[in-house]
Amino acid sequence: MSELSVNHLLGIKNLQEKDIQLIFETADHFKKVINRPIKKVPSLRDITIANLFFENSTRTKLSFELAEKRLSADVINFSAGQSSVKKGETLIDTVNNILSMKVDMVVMRHPNPGACVFLSKHIKANIINAGDGAHEHPTQALLDSYSIRERLGDVAGKNVVIVGDILHSRVALSNIYALKLQGANVMVCGPKTLLPKYIDKLGVKVETNLRKALEWCDVANMLRVQNERMDISYFPSTREYTQQFGVNKALLDSLNKEITIMHPGPINRGVEITSDVADSKQAIILDQVQNGVAVRMAVIYLLASKIKQ
Amino acid sequence: MSQKVLLNATDINIILHRLACQLIENHKDFSNTVLIGLQPRGKYLANRLAQMLTTEYKIKNLQLGLLDITFYRDDFRRGDKIHEANSTEIDFIVEDKNVVFIDDVLYTGRSIRAALTAIQSFGRPNEIELLTLIDRRFSRHLPIQPNYRGRQVDAINEEKVIVSWKENDGEDAVYLVNS
Repeated sequence: MSELSVNHLLGIKNLQEKDIQLIFETADHFKKVINRPIKKVPSLRDITIANLFFENSTRTKLSFELAEKRLSADVINFSAGQSSVKKGETLIDTVNNILSMKVDMVVMRHPNPGACVFLSKHIKANIINAGDGAHEHPTQALLDSYSIRERLGDVAGKNVVIVGDILHSRVALSNIYALKLQGANVMVCGPKTLLPKYIDKLGVKVETNLRKALEWCDVANMLRVQNERMDISYFPSTREYTQQFGVNKALLDSLNKEITIMHPGPINRGVEITSDVADSKQAIILDQVQNGVAVRMAVIYLLASKIKQ
Repeated sequence: MSQKVLLNATDINIILHRLACQLIENHKDFSNTVLIGLQPRGKYLANRLAQMLTTEYKIKNLQLGLLDITFYRDDFRRGDKIHEANSTEIDFIVEDKNVVFIDDVLYTGRSIRAALTAIQSFGRPNEIELLTLIDRRFSRHLPIQPNYRGRQVDAINEEKVIVSWKENDGEDAVYLVNS
């Protein structure tokens, strides 16, 4: 069997198309495993994984932890809120202390872009980026593409629009890389203030009219408005954002085709999408969550297979 | 490299009939028995036997599944070779069933050990038996023996037993290869 071309999953930018296919094929097997009465395999029973979350997370952390446990790895968790980071310890010191307890793999979320790349140059363990600032969130992009592949059969040739706060979104950047790598057509749509300058240099279409974007696309990935990352006002009011960039049932019904709605969560119901859309058959939001465990199992399994005894 | 024919197509055909009859002797109408082919190479033998049992011996409602043991192996990260996962196709529950594992070659017994763990994800079988076409005795690492064997082979560790199937490799034959 082929193996991944990388030793760490730092971002989609470092991956090749065949890596993504390998991850998806492996995830297919794990998806079957997690739907069995006994949802566990013993592959990683001699591997220890540290989940280092220097930034809050609920579903990504749960998803990683579940994926690790379903592979029988030993798991230790770390949240920056309750740690010595507050006492002034540096990132390398914190991680080296944890690694000296014989940890083989690190899953890390950090508020600073590039934190995982930095760490990969200084420590020996395999690193999985679980989100670094507004840079990348590779496993989210992988599970998004996996969900599109599951729903529509293939990612290549599909029109995918990413709607919302592109400027602060690591999900958007990783998704753009992943979708382009697989041959999809990508568009970003949002208020001009939340679209980075020169985003079109990544080879994506840019649109500020939501209706036009939805008419073009097969899949709409609705991002959350990240109020916590906004230091200034990027739009006049939430109500105005919703009027311009919120998706509701009436808008979807007025299109002449049925598009697939995705959301990386957590949803601000009534802001970027209304409840009736989030709970409709067109939305694959909960499939994304389930696929997240299978895709993360695949990533962890494939990286672990590169750790030599 | 030298190669010797252990079994030709006629030998294999006779052995398959014998194995089918032995299975019928113990499992009667197969109402509480399921056959499980072990991926990847046990699939062909399992399919052959299942087909023979249904068409020639008129066994009705025979249940056949395929089990992949990749994630249950005990040599993960312990060799240069990375094992490719195959699909597991078991769309029934093995709870209280009599399970027959089917594989082409029994060598160290480690695959069977992995299969014994893997099958537990599908319930608690009443009993598990093992059927193999080739039994390489004297090579076992674990206390595992087949209940049904096609042919016993005394091969040294440098030798390889290669089983080819018409549907995949173009002919029915078993070779002993000395490399």
